[in-house]
Amino acid sequence: MSTSNRLPALFLAGLLAAPLASAYTLEEFQFDDARQAEEFRDLIDELRCLVCQNESLAGSQAELAQDLREEVYRMMKEGQPRDEVVEFLVARYGDFVLYDPPLKLSTYPLWFGPLLLAGIGGFVLLRALRKKKHTVEKDLSDEERKRLQELLADADQEDKA
Amino acid sequence: MGKSLKFLIPLAIFMVLAALLFYGLGTDPRKVPSPLVGKPAPQFNLPALNDPSRSVSDADFKGKISLVNVWASWCVSCRAEHAQLMRLARELKEVQILGLNWKDEAADAIRMLRMSGNPYLVSAYDPDNKVGIHWGVYGAPETFLVDSAGIICYKKIGPVGPDTWETELAPTVDLTTKTCKESS
Repeated sequence: MSTSNRLPALFLAGLLAAPLASAYTLEEFQFDDARQAEEFRDLIDELRCLVCQNESLAGSQAELAQDLREEVYRMMKEGQPRDEVVEFLVARYGDFVLYDPPLKLSTYPLWFGPLLLAGIGGFVLLRALRKKKHTVEKDLSDEERKRLQELLADADQEDKA
Repeated sequence: MGKSLKFLIPLAIFMVLAALLFYGLGTDPRKVPSPLVGKPAPQFNLPALNDPSRSVSDADFKGKISLVNVWASWCVSCRAEHAQLMRLARELKEVQILGLNWKDEAADAIRMLRMSGNPYLVSAYDPDNKVGIHWGVYGAPETFLVDSAGIICYKKIGPVGPDTWETELAPTVDLTTKTCKESS
């Protein structure tokens, strides 16, 4: 069999294997009850993977994410409260691991920047609108009126022609 | 401001935005600042890579300035920085270079050192990221500068280049007192 014949088969095999690759999910993590499992899932959903930066710990296939999932799992099994698990990770990896960053001096621009910008935009918009309302449209002068009539008349003529 | 110049305001805003975005192009989002800088290095105790009966721990920091280099044989950038570490090991008499062999196979790691040289005084062996997590390691290579009291002065993310020691690492430590400089 030549390589070109094998390609579709390989492709198919890849497609079939894809769900397996992402099936690490929570199979390997055993919990005492449904509540604990859900708490675990919630938590890893809110923590950010440092390798694939736009993925949560729950969604990332990176090896580091797996290490951190295991660490979070271990801590939760030991009965550590959620806050402590989060604190543990923040102390080592920084606020970056949080999808919901805390409100503090260094994150003020993050939290209030958009509000500030929207405020400035709104202010400018309001001012522009108000100004528009106040400018009275000047009436046409006699001369302009006459010219207008002429133009309209011309246009009429052209339409009929 | 004269009314005649008002039309320049949008242009000015655009220029500021463009400057910000241009600055953003030059920054690397993969470099996440470590909260550990300025804090004591996390305690650890691991077997040495080439001799499991010997242990490597934070006690090794005592009295010396240390570079703790996180590396692995599978890590391509680590190979790229290897020559620089060899040079630093030769030239910097006042600094000891310790390795943290991270998520690696001992045999592969030892082979790599045998083939291309060993810049480390000793490498700690951390195959399953037991200690790496506590150091906030999220990729290799990473290099920590630790002072004689065990305080982390600086964390270099990514490969050490020809001028990394001079421009990034050295300015954060006082070589005579062997302590971190206060960051200004």
